[in-house]
This record gives sequence, C-alpha cells and structure tokens, in this order.
Amino acid sequence: MSTRTVTMSVNGEQRRAEVEDRTLLIHFLREQLNLTGPHIGCETSHCGACTVDLNGVSVKSCTVLAVQCEGAEVLTVEGLAEGGVLHAVQEGFHQQHGLQCGFCTPGMLVRSYRLLQDNPDPTEEEIRAGISGNLCRCTGYQNIVKAIQYAAKRLKEAQSVSA
Amino acid sequence: MNAPNERSAELAGIGEARLRKEDARFIQGKGNYVDDIKLPGMLFLDVVRSPLAHARIKRIDTSKAKAIPGVLAVLTAEDLKPLKLHWMPTLAGDVQAVLADDKVCFQMQEVAVVVADDRYIAADGVEAVEVEYEELPALVDAKAALAPDAPVIREDIADRSEGAHGPRSHPNHIFTWEAGDRAAADAAFAAAEVTVAQDMLYPRVHPCPLETCGCVASFDPVRGELTTWMTSQAPHIVRTVVGLLSGLPESKIRIISPDIGGGFGNKVGVYPGYVCAIVASIVLGRPVKWIEDRIENISTTAFARDYHMSGELAATRDGRITGMRVKVIADHGAFNSHAQPTKWPAGLFSICSGSYDIPAAYARVDGVYTNKAPGGVAYRCSFRVTEAVYVIERLIDVLAQKLSIDKAEIRRRNFIHREQFPYTSAFGWQYDSGDYERGLQKVLEAVDYEALRAEQAAKRADPDCPTLMGIGICTFTEIVGAGPSKACDVLGVGMFDSCEIRVHPDGSAIARMGTINQGQGHPTTYAQIIATELGIPSDRITIEEGDTSTAPYGLGTYGSRSTPVGGAATAMAARKVHAKARKIAASLLEVGEADLEWEIDRFQVRGDPERAKTMKEIAWAAYQHAPSGEEHGLEASYYYDPPNFTYPFGSYLAVVDIDRATGETKVRRFYALDDCGTRINPMIIEGQIHGGLTEGFAVAMGQQMPFDAQGNLLGNTLMDYFLPTAVETPHWETDFTVTPSPHHPIGAKGVAESPHVGSIPCFSNAVADAFAHLGVTHLEMPHSAYRVWRQLHASGVAL
Ligand code: FES
Ligand code: FES
Repeated sequence: MSTRTVTMSVNGEQRRAEVEDRTLLIHFLREQLNLTGPHIGCETSHCGACTVDLNGVSVKSCTVLAVQCEGAEVLTVEGLAEGGVLHAVQEGFHQQHGLQCGFCTPGMLVRSYRLLQDNPDPTEEEIRAGISGNLCRCTGYQNIVKAIQYAAKRLKEAQSVSA
Repeated sequence: MNAPNERSAELAGIGEARLRKEDARFIQGKGNYVDDIKLPGMLFLDVVRSPLAHARIKRIDTSKAKAIPGVLAVLTAEDLKPLKLHWMPTLAGDVQAVLADDKVCFQMQEVAVVVADDRYIAADGVEAVEVEYEELPALVDAKAALAPDAPVIREDIADRSEGAHGPRSHPNHIFTWEAGDRAAADAAFAAAEVTVAQDMLYPRVHPCPLETCGCVASFDPVRGELTTWMTSQAPHIVRTVVGLLSGLPESKIRIISPDIGGGFGNKVGVYPGYVCAIVASIVLGRPVKWIEDRIENISTTAFARDYHMSGELAATRDGRITGMRVKVIADHGAFNSHAQPTKWPAGLFSICSGSYDIPAAYARVDGVYTNKAPGGVAYRCSFRVTEAVYVIERLIDVLAQKLSIDKAEIRRRNFIHREQFPYTSAFGWQYDSGDYERGLQKVLEAVDYEALRAEQAAKRADPDCPTLMGIGICTFTEIVGAGPSKACDVLGVGMFDSCEIRVHPDGSAIARMGTINQGQGHPTTYAQIIATELGIPSDRITIEEGDTSTAPYGLGTYGSRSTPVGGAATAMAARKVHAKARKIAASLLEVGEADLEWEIDRFQVRGDPERAKTMKEIAWAAYQHAPSGEEHGLEASYYYDPPNFTYPFGSYLAVVDIDRATGETKVRRFYALDDCGTRINPMIIEGQIHGGLTEGFAVAMGQQMPFDAQGNLLGNTLMDYFLPTAVETPHWETDFTVTPSPHHPIGAKGVAESPHVGSIPCFSNAVADAFAHLGVTHLEMPHSAYRVWRQLHASGVAL
C-alpha cells in the first residue's frame, strides 16, 4: 500500500506523519495522533460522532482521507478548551445535562462550536437543523438545544464585555 | 456550626439536581471507550460473514488471506474445534455457533475471523477469504416456522424433543411458555357481553447505541491471566461465562467495562466476536481488538422484539374488562440467545394485564427459530415488558372504540385503585404500589383534554381540514429491577446486586458496584444516595464500576435494575457503615448508642446538640483507635436480593396531526408523567425520560428490520435504519407524581425505561385514534409516512 507524508495543523499544532493513501482522517487522528475524542459510530457519514472542524467547516472525518488534509487546519474536541478554560459549548453541555453516555458529545461539541461561529444567535429551529448531522441516542436533543442556547448566551456576554 | 438545611444542601444528596460528575472527561474528549484502548503489540480482528441467510458451507479457502503481509491468523470453526469453542452456550439454554460449523443460519453470520496488524489489513484479509456456499431455502416468516415442510434450521438439535424450557414439537420450535389461568380466562370469554380481538406485530428492531460492540482481549501467557475490556452491560456474568468456556479460573480473568457509548440492551450478551478475540489473544499471545462496524451491529448483535401477538379482551357492555387472552409467536432467530433471566423464556411478558384490574387472564408464547440473527434483548425495557405494555394498551383502545367509550374513561373504569395495593394480578405479580388515577388526572388537566377532544370533533366535522388529529393515551405499568433470586437467575447466578463502600480516614469515600453505567449517571446518583445515608458530601464520594477485579460481583445494568437493585444495595451498605459509625460516635462521646441522634452529617447527644461527632471526625477515629470490640476501618459491603420487583408507572398523552396529503405525522404535543417512586436526581431523571421518549418515537414511527424472502436484511445501515435527528424529534413535556416503593430501602423504582415502554403504544394509539372515526382500530408499526398515506387512501380521506 503506498504511503505519503501529510502535514497539517491539528488543534493549533503542526503535525507531520506518514499515512497510507487510504487512511481516513478519523483513523489518522485517533490512531496516529492518539486524539480519541472524535468517535466512530457508523463510518458511513450518518452519525456525526466523528465530526471535526476542517478549515472552518464541520466535516465527518470518517469520510475524509488524511491525504486530503494536506496543509489544513483541523480542530477536534481536544482543542476546544483554551488555557485550561472550557469553551462555552463545553460548559453549556455540562450545565444543561446535554450528554449522557458521552459518545456523541465530542462531535456534537465541535459541531455546536462551528454552528455558533456561523450563527451566534440561532433560534431553536436553527439549532435543531444545525445539529441534524449529529445523532444522539441518549438525550433526545432537548437538553443539547438548551446547552447550545446557554453557550450562545455566554459567548454573547463575553463579547459585550470585551467590546 | 452551619444550619442543618445548609448542610443538607451541601451534601447534594437524594432529590438534588446535582450536575454530573462524569461529564468533565466526556466534554474534553477524554472518555475511555473500548476503541480508545491501545496496547503495545495490539492486533485487530475482523470477521468474514455469510452473504446468505441459509446455506451449507462447501469449502473455505483461507490461503490468499494468510498470504497477505500483516495477516497473522485466519480462524474457522475447524480451528476452534480442538478447543471445543466452535459452539458456545447461550444465556437462554441453547448453543450458538461461534464460527459457522457446516452451515450458516442467518445472513451476516460469523464464518471466519482474520487477525492482522491493523484494521485495514484485517479488512483486506476478510476480502481475501474464499467461501463456497450451497444455498438452502430460507425460513423468514415466523408464523410458517412450525409448518410440517418448513426448512429445518438447526440440524444440530433437530431430533431433540426436549429443550431448555420443556418439550419441543417441531425442529424449529424452541419453547412454549404459558402464564395465567387458561380455564378461567376461557370462562370469562364464554360469559362476556363483549369481546374484541386484535392481531399486532411488534416488529424486529435494534437498540443501536451510538457506540457499537467491541472488545480488547489481552492474554498474558507468562502469568496465565486474561484481561478483556468489553462493552458489556454485565461484566461479572461475562467473567463467569468466559471462565466456563476457557477453563481459566475466574481469579485469572478480569473483565473491564470501560466507558460505554450507550447500551439499551445491545451490550448484554456474549457475542462470537468476543470469543474469537479472546481465543486469538490466547493463541497468539498478543492483545487483540475487535470492534464491529455499524452494519455488523445492526445485522448481528442482539435485535429486540419480533413478537407476532394476538390479543383479546372480554368485557361488560360498560367497558369493565373481565378477561384477557394473548398468544404470541416469538421470532428468536437462528439461535436462542435472547438475554433474559434463564427461567423466563418470554421474560416478564405476563405483566401484560397492565394497570388494570383484570380478574382472569392467560398468555402463551411460542418461541421459534428462523433464518435471522439471534437475540431478543430488552431494548431499553425490562424483559419483554415493552411488548406486554403494547398489547394491553392497544387492546384497551380497541375495546373503547367498540363500546364508544372515551379512551381516558375506559382506563379509569379498569384501573387498579390506590387502595388495592399491594395488588396481585391474574398472572400472579405483586404490584408494590401505585396511584394511577392521580397521574392520569394530572395529565388530562395539564393538556386540557376536553378541549382537545372538542377540537378533534370539530376537525372531523370539517371535510376540508388538511389534517387528521389523533390523541393517544397510555397508562402503563412496568415491572423492573430483576430480581428476586428465588425467581430470577442468569445461568444459576441469582440476580442480586452489590455495593461496597470504604470511607477513608479523611472522611471521603469510594464505593464500588456490581452494576455498570452507560450514561445513566451512576457516578453522580449513587453518590447522592450515599451522601444522604452517611452525611458525606457527594463531591467527596467516588463511584467505580465495571472492573471485575475491583468491584463486587453484580449482575449488571439492564432491565432498569440499577436503582431498584444496585441502588438498594448502596443504601444498605451505607446503613451498615452508618451503624458502625454510630458505635464509634458513642464511644467517642462516651454515651450509649441509644442516646445519639443522627442529624444530617453527625451524631449528636440527645438533648445536647453541641456534643456531636461529624462523619468526618468519626472516619478519622475509625482509623485511629477503634472502640473496643470493633475492627479498625469504616467500610461495608452489601449484596441485595430484592424481595420483589418494582412497578414504575406513568400516564402519557400524545397529540398528533396527520397530513392528509403526505401521510406525515407531526407530534404536536407529548406530555409524559412518570412515577418512579423516590426521585434521586430530577435533572438526570428528566434526561433519561427525554432519551427514552425519543427512542420510543423512533420505534413507533420508523424503526424496523425488514427481510426479503431469501432472508436478506433490507436495512442495516443508518441510511435505512431510523435514528431520529434533532429535527424530527418532538419537544417533550415531563411531569411526575411520587408513589414510593414500600419494599425498596429508599422507595425508588427505576425510571430510564418507562418512557420507551410507555411512549410506543402512546404514539400508536394516537395514530390509530386519528382514524378511529373511520372505523380503523389498529395500524401496524412503524407509522412511517408511506404506511399512514396508504391508510389515508384505504380510508378514502387522502387529499
Ligand atoms: S462515524 Fe463518521 S459519521 Fe458516523
Ligand atoms: S449522549 Fe449518548 S449518544 Fe449522545
């Protein structure tokens, strides 16, 4: 199987590694970089457990080849907290009981993060549509919606303070 | 000294909406699920599966696969035979092929395994294994299983006239199980003023947790010890099974259930993949990982339901039920490996008289083999309780329609009344406590039921109304917390559960349980029980589960048994610690034990509250100088054998609007009132209810596993198998009443499965109710837009 070298920024760190052409991004992250936050729930791009942020867009990393990410910027759940401080979406999920088994959570969080970057003030309907690529079998989504609303409010407050 | 209520709040004990302790690792991507485990030298196992549902294996050629660099081994049944591991016993008294021996009996059955350096090479190896099959006619329709000319599925036991649950009448017959009093029920029907009958299929569905099943088996040849991380809802019983299979003493087997990404019944059984990974690790002397993919998960590991039910009610003209009869053909697939207490081949199905005072009842279930995957687990429910609740809650609606009695009213007329508890049903169950009228009343008021019925009548009167409006009611009773060991065992092991508590010198504590969390919040809620019992703040209590080498033996988490059994063990262990603490306090304060009062977190001298010893002080003293006659230390363990099951109940109401043009059903409102007895953590309860309702919605509205005539499963990916997204999922309204269980130490009954069990018939009732004025009494699940659209056409009301 042929291999090649890829270089990408993952959670702000430059990473360089040898990968097989067929290596999926999710396997590269989990097995070569030991970033086991993103999970595998289907490998057919339906569940969203593997969601990461790739160049500012949410992608399902089970459907992206590692070699496609040459020069890319990748953000996983492990990169959400900054300087030991949880991101507002992480805090929101905890405060609003937005997780149970936790398996969907890393994907949900990274998706929520991007959703709020793109739309800082979403309606409930926009939130529900915005996370519809991420399945959760445990929570019934209601508290996830609340968690994202909580985070949106937090981020807005933080912005008005800094402004 | 802070005030008692402040101290109480600080403890975050029973009743507090305490935030979850375990969240921290999950929200930072630091969970530890089985596929996150990576050991030095670890290999990966993948499975060669049958494309056919029924076929004889003519030849298996593994040579090409073995020639692939990085492939270390390919195992078939022939390789397992010398170890006598090509078949394994099931929890239901049958045997199951670990790797197909001579023939395959369901599509995707395990035929061979490939062990390789990584998962990509293992998948290459699977592709390269050549298997030649001779196709046999497949048996797909369970109702045809006992026909004289039906294909024989299990040649290995075809001539056995006796099965694990009594006589067998046909090679495809597994068991006949009966409950209740047939003669009494027949007499009630003979004398009845009215009878109704309804056939209904509870389709085959799959629990489909977001994480699939898997394990990492690691055999240490030097020490002769086997450690296996496994997505198991019952690690201790798995250890016993692995001991039986491997011949290793249990003391050399360690099963660890790490973080589990949802179970819902899918992770109770022992699967061929586990056995093969363990064998491969023992043979190769290296750790071996097996993780199934989603298609394998839906196709092979533990489906649920598949009950073809025929129900009948006998009643008086004013709607008082006098008798019930139910017959079921249960499709168990190719091997009887359903996960139930061993003596209960149809689980607790005889709870099917529900919340109603039915004087005479009879049920019969016939289990049959078909060419489908084995299983039959309790998908977010106690064993076969979902099926039972479905049949009675549908039948009572059919009866209401026949008699033109309101669907809430007919329930009121038949409820077991509050003063009748404890109540013994016609099937012999002893319902511990209940107050059904109160719950239903609260719901009807909350939704303004009268107004809804008026709105429905107005809409029915308007031929141009674009929707059909349906109102579904379900007033269910569950039976959970298996169970009293005199009635329930798994392979002879009684279904107790356990807790061991150690209070450390600084007054913090660790507790270990025989149950295992899969998202239910055990690390948070068990600590709350201990906090209230012992006066130690929950934040200073660590909960550990899932490691058989450290946790006391327990039967695990399924069938809503954690709170009823594990929670009870926790309270009882805490009470043992409490009793010793009292002795120490008495000695420290130099008074008699009878002179002490317990006050939240301390013992104080009666009439002299200033003289007190806090639990923290007592803990220190326990390690410093034990009172005479006492051992040092402050710890206790308790194995709790419940005296009875618990009987949570609820009243649910759904309002749906069906689009007469498209057949789409919109859930306008869903109001769920649950009574789970004492409520440990309201936030977690509400979360569990949201989740259970959503799974119920999925089952009622979209989930099924359809097969074609050759036994091909037509939907085994998440493209076809319905898991609702946030967009389809309705908004849930929750409510509660509290009727404690009189026999549970803290009065709790368990809750996580009620919303699944109760919501499914509620949705079906709502959809059928939308068509009730058109003479329709029943529509089969799932209520997909297509099926409902067909009914709209059949009833002549499509737009
Ligand atoms: S694993 Fe990528 S979408 Fe499911
Ligand atoms: S929390 Fe379990 S899948 Fe979402």
